[in-house]
Formats: sequence, C-alpha cells, structure tokens
Amino acid sequence: MMTTKRTCLTALAVAAVSAAFAFGAPAQAQDTIKIGWAISKTGPFAAGAAVTTLPNYQVWVKDVNDAGGINVGGKKMKVEVIEYDDRSNSEEMIKAVERLATQDKVDFILPPWSTGMNLAAAPIFNKLGYPHLAVTANTNQSPALSKRWPNMTFWLGLPSQLVDGIVETFGKMQKEGKIGNKIAMIAVADQFGIEQSTAAREGLKKAGFELVYDKSYPFGSQDMQPVLKDAQAANPDVLIAFSYPPDTFAITDTMKVLAFNPKAVYLGVGTAFPGYKGKFQANAEGVMGVGGSDANLPGIKAYIAHHKDVIGREPDRWASPITYASLQVLQQAIERVGKIDRAAIINEINTGSFETIIGKVKLEGGQNVNVWTVGQWQGNDFFGIAPTAKAGAKAPIDKPKW
Amino acid sequence: MTLTLDILLSGLVLGGMYALIALGLTLQYGIARIMNLSYGEFLVAAAFGALFLFTGMAINPILGLLLIVPASFAANWLLYRIVLTPLVKRAKNQGMLEVDSILGTFGVLFVIQGLMQVVFGGALQSYSYLSVPVHILGTTLAANRILALVFALIVGGALYVLLTRTRYGTALRAIAVNPVAAQLSGIDIAAASGLAFAAGGAIVGAGGVLISMFLTFSAASGVIFTMKALIVVIMGGVGNMMGALVAGLLLGIAETAVARLVDPGLTIAVTYALFLGALLWRPTGLFGRPAR
Repeated sequence: MMTTKRTCLTALAVAAVSAAFAFGAPAQAQDTIKIGWAISKTGPFAAGAAVTTLPNYQVWVKDVNDAGGINVGGKKMKVEVIEYDDRSNSEEMIKAVERLATQDKVDFILPPWSTGMNLAAAPIFNKLGYPHLAVTANTNQSPALSKRWPNMTFWLGLPSQLVDGIVETFGKMQKEGKIGNKIAMIAVADQFGIEQSTAAREGLKKAGFELVYDKSYPFGSQDMQPVLKDAQAANPDVLIAFSYPPDTFAITDTMKVLAFNPKAVYLGVGTAFPGYKGKFQANAEGVMGVGGSDANLPGIKAYIAHHKDVIGREPDRWASPITYASLQVLQQAIERVGKIDRAAIINEINTGSFETIIGKVKLEGGQNVNVWTVGQWQGNDFFGIAPTAKAGAKAPIDKPKW
Repeated sequence: MTLTLDILLSGLVLGGMYALIALGLTLQYGIARIMNLSYGEFLVAAAFGALFLFTGMAINPILGLLLIVPASFAANWLLYRIVLTPLVKRAKNQGMLEVDSILGTFGVLFVIQGLMQVVFGGALQSYSYLSVPVHILGTTLAANRILALVFALIVGGALYVLLTRTRYGTALRAIAVNPVAAQLSGIDIAAASGLAFAAGGAIVGAGGVLISMFLTFSAASGVIFTMKALIVVIMGGVGNMMGALVAGLLLGIAETAVARLVDPGLTIAVTYALFLGALLWRPTGLFGRPAR
C-alpha cells in the first residue's frame, strides 16, 4: 500500500517536472518581458477598443515575437501578455492595473481605451511608475496633465488642434471659391461634442463663416432625419458633425436618403473606420473626417496590409496607426535604455526621437503634436489633408453627390 | 402644413421601429409573465444573424427572416422550457415570479452577450440594405425604415385580432389576467405560456433583422433596446398589443415633433417625460384597464 502511494507520488513529480519542461516554463525570472493591459472587452467601450486599441496590441506583440523579441542589453526577450477585461468600468480598470503591477509583476502596462478611462488611469500609472502611453485620450488639458504626471504622454494632438484643422481646411476652400460661407453644424451632446462644437463655433465665426444651423442631439441617438431635414432646409455649403461612430453612420445614411448634398461634409469619429468605406463604398468618396494618414508612406502602406493579414480587417485611419507607432516608440526606448528601468525609459520616450510607421516621432512636453487633424476619403484611402503644412498633405477633392 | 405632414410621417416611421421592438416584450411580459431582461440581447443576436447571412452568404435580410424568425422562436421556447419553467413552478405568486425572472434573465443577458462577443467580436457592425429614398406625400423616407413600420403594423394588428377575436387568444388573455383561474378552467398554462414566450421571441427576431438594416449595433447594444421596449410596453399597458403599437407610434411622433419644433437635444427628455406622465396618470397604460 505504502509503495503504491510513493510510486504514485514519484510518477506525479516526474509528470510535473516533464510538464514544466514541455511547456517551457522559464528557468530564470527574466527571459521574457511581461506586458499587461486592462481593456474593455465587454460593455459600452468594447466597440471602440475593438476597433482602435486591442488589435494593435495584438499585431505589435505578434510582430515583436516573430522578430525574436525586444533586444534588451544584447538579449532578445519575447513578450508575454497578461490581459484583463475592465468591463468598461473605470474602477475595474484601476483594480486590474494595480493587480498587473503588484501581483503579476508585469514590466509594462499598456493603456485602456478612451479619454475618460485614460484620465482615470493616470494617477495609478504615475503612482506605480509605469510609462502611460495615453493614445486614445484627447483633451485640451493634456499639456497640463503631462506636466503633473511626466510618465503620461499624449498622441492625438489637442481637440483645439482638430478644430484648427477644420477652420484651416474650409477657410482655404472658401478663399479658392470652392464653397460659400454657410455652415451647418451638429454635435452629439456630450463632453466631446460640446467641447469641439464650442471651439469650432468660435473659430469658424472668426474666419468669417455664418452658422446657418447649429444644434446638438442626444448621445446614443441614431435617428438623424429631423436634425438633417432642418439642416438641409438651411441650405448650407458645408455640413460639420461632431459625431460618434453609430451616429456618423446614421448621418451618412440619412443624408443619402434625403439627397442632402452640401459641397463639403465633415463627420466625426468613425469616418476613418474601414467599416465606413466598406458600408458606403463609392459614397464615401470626398467625405472628410477627423484623423487621416499619409497612405503613401511605405510604413503606413505595409502596416495597413499587415494589420489586415493578422486581424482580418484594415485598421481605422486615425488612432490605429498612432497606437502602433506608440508601441514602436516604447520598444525603441526599451532597447536604447538596454534594461527594464522604467524611469529611464519614461525619460527616453519623452526626450528621444523615434522612427515609426507614421514617420519621425518626437514628443514635446509629453505631446505628439505632429498629427493629421482632417482626413478625406480619396479612392481607397483616408488621406490627411490638414494641417496643410504637414509633409504628405493632399489637396481636398470636391465631394461628388451621394 | 407640409411641416406637420413631414413630422407626422417621419414620426410614424420612427415610432414603427419602437412598436416593433416592444411587441415581442409585451407578449413575453404580459402573457407569459416573464420580465425578460435579455430581450435586447435576442434582438442583437438576430441582427448579427442577418449581418452574417447578408455579408457572409449573400442572403438578403428579407429572406434571412425565414431562417432567423423560426430560430429565434425555437431559442426562446427552449429558454422558457429549460431556464424559466422551474422559476414559474416554484413561484408562489406573481411578485415572486417577477423578481425571479428578472434575476434569471439578467444572467441570460450576460451569457448571450458573452457568446456574441466571442463569436463576432466587440466592434460596431452595420451594413446597407434597402437604404433608398421613398417619396410619400412630399416627404422623403428610407425604405428599410418604412418596412419596419409596415411589419410592426401587420404583426401588431394580427396579434390584436388573434388575442381578442379567437378562442385561443381568449385563453391567453385569461392567463394574463388570472393564471390560477385560467388553469381551473382547463387551460394548459405551461404550454400556452411557453408558446406566448416563444412567439415574443419570434417577433424580437424579426425586429432584430429589420432594425439591423438601418441601425449600427454591437454585442453590447442589447440593453438599449430592452429599455426602449420596456418604456413602450409600460406606456401601452402590459400585454396590450394595440397599446404597444399606439404607444410606440406616439413616442416616435413626439420625438420627431420636439426635434423639429423645439430642439433635437430634447428627444430623450420627451420620451421620459411621456413615460413619467403615463406612470402618474395612467399607471395601467394607455389602453390598460385598472386592475381589480
């Protein structure tokens, strides 16, 4: 009886040891770089995270590991991922980030999705001393935030910059006689829509435009017919909408049905989604929206094709390439520092200059300000058209009728 | 005059969608007495089904109805038989069943949502079908939205006739009013309730397919539809088909009128103001009779 038990135990021990070898359990603590993230896989933020953020994390990890890993002081270290679902709840996200740092002891933490989540995450990232690449955060407070929390960096430019791009684009088109001075503006009634429309109202009036229709609609509304009928009746040269993806789609659909054809159309978040082009096909031509990319850059071209191979669809053309570029910056900063020294890496991210798929990135005061603010569908790509001074800027084309 | 007509027609089309969403729930809640919180999830699942058939297999959503409606009927029947029947059996009274069914279907909500996340991912989905203008009396409307309105009118009308003019309908209403007495009169409550619940499921399946033609949705959107359906059902009177139809249409017209005449930012406020008004002054719904 005794022997049997011992044999069993021995067998178990042998099995355990061989299993450990079979699965390649690390003999030493640091053969891999542990990277964690807490992101919304369920709940209302899941849709945004699934378009912009999570696929880029997955593509980047695959790319790094396919290339043998990150070169840390001469040793190639593969990336090991620990992922939590924050269920679109900022308290869950903060708990998960703390857990990643204290229990899972990850080397780096990638940020959650959305402005609100990143602002909520800022204090904990700072307390734990991790670099915080707040790519999907877009707020006019970002320079002040980076000053308070030097580990926090912003990548999409300021909302005021996005509005400057709109004023620049339409100001120029008006000077060239392509459009008149009548603008209809609609905005979703939440922080994003109100901030943007307030800034745009001021900027457009200063540039000599007349706002012939200016209303907001409730968050979550997909019935755009009433708003657009009145906007159409005001007979504007340009329609500007600060909208979220579902409304962006609904606005396009309804404008098409109503045969509402202003000379130029600018829509909010979602215009740069591949699904937008996929749904509206030829009707997407000439539609402007937030973001854009220089599709002629070889890095961007390869990135779009590669993203499609790995994820099964193309990336969005606003925050997606920037998200991937931010991860390239992180990787290069780790390699330059040559060890997992987070303070030194934060310093390198803030002061270094990096080659990425979106071109050269050099942060100023924690801000990546060299961004596209207005893009336009031209053929199969959503090209950046403003700021016009940015290298690779395309001239806007006339929007064909729906 | 043209503006009034425009508001009326656009409002009817919007209201048709609300009515369509609510009809299934009023069957499930009013007759099978199950407050189904996973209702919106079934709607979104049907929308995903239509999307998959259309983009993956080039089957248009109208033909897709032939597949999705029976599937949704069957899924809801199974849900009733397997998950909800034990709750019905053990409930000592209507109040207990209501609490239990809310908790039970709250769980089902997450199961379905989770499955959809895994299968379809979390991203927003949308496709174009019948998004063509139709001109009626000087107003331009989208064909796919008109289709939803027509469907709601047909289904709502048919159910109304079925419930008020047929023997089986009378039996169903008897269950809604007093399950114990209905059983004593020889009505097979379990079978009839299961059938009513499944029929509600078939309607929500059809609603999901029709709505997917013009709304953008994701695996997480279900709860929005449940909320809207609940408002319409309570306004119209629980279990009252004509009430759900009229309440849905009224909401649509009210929202459109406020958006055009006052301010589009107030559309959600007017929905809840009407809801509150109904609760205060007609707690049994527009067409509901006071409980005895």
